[in-house]
Amino acid sequence: MNAPDNKRRALLATAGVGAAGLVVAPGIRLIEAATAADAPKTTLASSKVRWGMLVDTTKCKSDCNACVTACNKENSIVEEVADPRQRSQWVRKIDLVEQRTGKQHSLPMMCQHCTNPPCVDVCPTGASFKRADGLVLVDRHICIGCRYCMMACPYKARSFVHEPLTTQNPEMPRGVGCVESCTFCVQRIDRGLQPACTEACPEGAMLFGDLNDDNSAIAKRLKEVASTQVRAELKLDTGVRYQGI
Amino acid sequence: MSRALTFLAALTLALPLFNAAAAGEAAKPAIVIANPGTQCIAPPEEMRRDHMEMLKHQRNRTMRLGERGAKVSLNACVDCHASKTTGSVLSGKQSNPDGFCEACHAFAAVKLDCWDCHQPKAGYKAAEATPAPEGSKP
Amino acid sequence: MDYASSRAEEKKFYLLAALGALVSAIGIGAALYMEHHGHAVTGMNNQIVWGLPHVFAIFLVVAASGVLNVASIGSVFGKTVYKTRAKLAGLLCFAMLAAGLVVILLDLGRADRIMVAATHVNLTSVFGWNMILYPGMFAIVFVYLWTLMEKRMYPYSKPAGFAAFIWRLMLTTGTGSIFGFLVARQAYQSAVIAPMFIIMSFAWGLAVFMVVQKAMYLWNGMTLHPEIRNRLRKLLAVFVGAVFYFVAVYHLTNLYFAKQTAFEHFILVDGGIFPQLFWGGWLCVGTLAPLALFFLPGLKDMRGSVTLASLLIIVGAFCQLYVFIIGGEAFPLEIFPGRTATSTFFDGRIDQYAPSLPEILLGLGGIGIAFTMTVVGVRVLRFLPEDNIAKLQAAGALSD
Ligand code: HEC
Ligand code: HEC
Ligand code: HEC
Repeated sequence: MNAPDNKRRALLATAGVGAAGLVVAPGIRLIEAATAADAPKTTLASSKVRWGMLVDTTKCKSDCNACVTACNKENSIVEEVADPRQRSQWVRKIDLVEQRTGKQHSLPMMCQHCTNPPCVDVCPTGASFKRADGLVLVDRHICIGCRYCMMACPYKARSFVHEPLTTQNPEMPRGVGCVESCTFCVQRIDRGLQPACTEACPEGAMLFGDLNDDNSAIAKRLKEVASTQVRAELKLDTGVRYQGI
Repeated sequence: MSRALTFLAALTLALPLFNAAAAGEAAKPAIVIANPGTQCIAPPEEMRRDHMEMLKHQRNRTMRLGERGAKVSLNACVDCHASKTTGSVLSGKQSNPDGFCEACHAFAAVKLDCWDCHQPKAGYKAAEATPAPEGSKP
Repeated sequence: MDYASSRAEEKKFYLLAALGALVSAIGIGAALYMEHHGHAVTGMNNQIVWGLPHVFAIFLVVAASGVLNVASIGSVFGKTVYKTRAKLAGLLCFAMLAAGLVVILLDLGRADRIMVAATHVNLTSVFGWNMILYPGMFAIVFVYLWTLMEKRMYPYSKPAGFAAFIWRLMLTTGTGSIFGFLVARQAYQSAVIAPMFIIMSFAWGLAVFMVVQKAMYLWNGMTLHPEIRNRLRKLLAVFVGAVFYFVAVYHLTNLYFAKQTAFEHFILVDGGIFPQLFWGGWLCVGTLAPLALFFLPGLKDMRGSVTLASLLIIVGAFCQLYVFIIGGEAFPLEIFPGRTATSTFFDGRIDQYAPSLPEILLGLGGIGIAFTMTVVGVRVLRFLPEDNIAKLQAAGALSD
């Protein structure tokens, strides 16, 4: 009696999804139910998790670009728009010189995956959104390309695709007329991998993990060392933290 | 008067039939199944009728909820349906039966924007990334 | 009017309408070109994300809401001189609002997704509010025009005018807030932006109205009664003065906050084109020259001086918006205060922007759309503001 029961539950579950707001014609709901009933095991992003990253700027070298290269490769950011200011950059290296002391730092800057993301607040269609596990993403199926989120981002972390593309990796679709930004390599972390930049960093300066999990390496390190949120005064509660600046 | 009404009623009833005939025709363009031995994710009639809704439904779940490993997946469609000769689900030409998705859509006069972003070639891997643009680093 | 002259007039009308349609069509063509090639063919980039099309669109939308002021003074405050002008004001509002929206929508990265914009509205977004405010404005102006045009609807023109008045204030507040809510950027962190936009809308809207009215009077061989001209002149002067006040407050408060002084220095002193447009374009051409034309004894009664002043105000408005929008973006975000930043993404660098031809054409296309709609509307609906001077004088409405 077990199997039919499960089946019915799955059917109810999908019917619930249908009722929860997606437009579903009667015929189609049946198909979904059938699909769900014998679907392979799927996973969902969970709000128990809060992805975050700690960057140790004391280890980050000014002449090293490994994280950027790895990101570009993973997400296929290879286009050659003539004007460099029109090129996408999901992660970039910033060199800093303290004006008073001349002290130098180098660090990677990308989407800070805020808890209170301004881009999400201003997005007119809801294309900018925050996933349950704290990732701030652009749903490019409903992005209209207004660029208001780029105006609102305090970190200049977003790029607009200025030219039609043909060289996308299947895992990370990208296309003209939409805004995009670092996703923490969602396609990788959903498979249990680290973001490409983190994996590529030769100095091990980037630590990625679940801020909510007390036993994760990142949560432990954040308890030990002093870390900074960039533009903390805006109270965005960023997922990316920096050490040593 | 009543005869005219009957005629109109008959015409109205018959119209869906004409439509159905037209639709039936539209659903059968020349297409090539790249991997004939395999099974689609649902019976072909169902696929023909409902693949758009399946894809749109799943894309929201994948995008918003992070659902991975679902049966419906655009990349999986491409991997299984891409032509053995061109490696793509697009034909570049509307009459070419080789481009699985495009041949049928051209036939049915449907235009998709999916391929602006989604890679229509199976197993595609982007070339090595170019170095970051020069000119602004000190 | 005799047959020959009405034929000639008809010809002129078709010529004007065709000219407007041509400019509009070129603008839309330019947008299709941008759509096809992507925004790579524009001067906009990842730092200057909003460019010239937004300057045009925001001018049109803000002026659209302001021009309705003329109608509001008539309907809400019961002033006959303005009531006569309410229909024309309503039409201009409609035309400019539509044109501004078309420009904004055609500039979208994915203009093909208009339906998405209409069906997915995020209510925490100021843009999202505007998605409600704009259609609402159209509806209200439509109803308002109806109450003005149809006799049995006359009694409702006052409430309709009042609704339009309130809605218009919200609309401009919404437009101003698009910027006011951008806490990330130095240029836009100011509470005076929303009220400043309201005042600017009054000035720009009235200026546009004066120019259009002048053109219509010339067309029909009429002259504006000197008393009415005087009155509109003074009203416009008050608006220009108020804009001056708000801009001064905006910059002075910015100068007061230490973290903003670098930005102010950029906009007012060493930012190249931006200080030039600010001092030369907005202050001299768009503010001081019109005030001189309004008040200097030799100039104020000169023929055409009010129209000239209105045109200068419009030119100044474009300069002001250019400085506000593009200057505000060109100044680098201060992500790490107290540190100098350099990167491949142009951090810490002042950005350059040169609008490309398609953008310019798209912006002008917006003006073309507003122009065509006005020309056709005025012709079909006969919205010429004609004053009954004798009656006004009898009622004492012309003496100050
Ligand atoms: C502007 C870019 C863009 C366009 C256009 C686009 N997508 Fe996507 N799509 C994405 C991105 C980005 C993802 C997220 C991928 C991820 O998270 O792994 C995605 C994910 C998906 C997924 C889930 C992942 C998968 O492979 O199954 C589906 C299904 C999907 N899209 C269907 C569509 C369909 C159908 C269309 C056309 C109607 C379309 N998309 C058009 C960008 C786009
Ligand atoms: C494992 C391989 C495989 C995958 C994955 C797959 N298909 Fe199929 N598909 C097939 C085969 C084989 C057929 C032919 C079935 C038949 O005719 O019996 C088919 C048939 C179809 C048809 C009907 C064609 C016709 O008119 O005969 C459509 C439409 C279709 N697939 C769409 C899709 C879509 C959309 C996806 C992705 C969501 C997909 N398929 C995924 C193998 C696959
Ligand atoms: C047998 C013919 C056929 C084949 C093969 C086919 N499609 Fe379709 N598809 C259609 C028809 C017909 C429509 C239009 C349905 C409508 O308008 O209601 C459509 C619509 C769609 C839509 C929705 C478009 C929109 O904007 O609403 C998507 C997405 C889609 N197809 C994806 C695919 C993909 C991906 C493939 C290849 C894997 C594919 N289709 C193969 C016939 C086909």
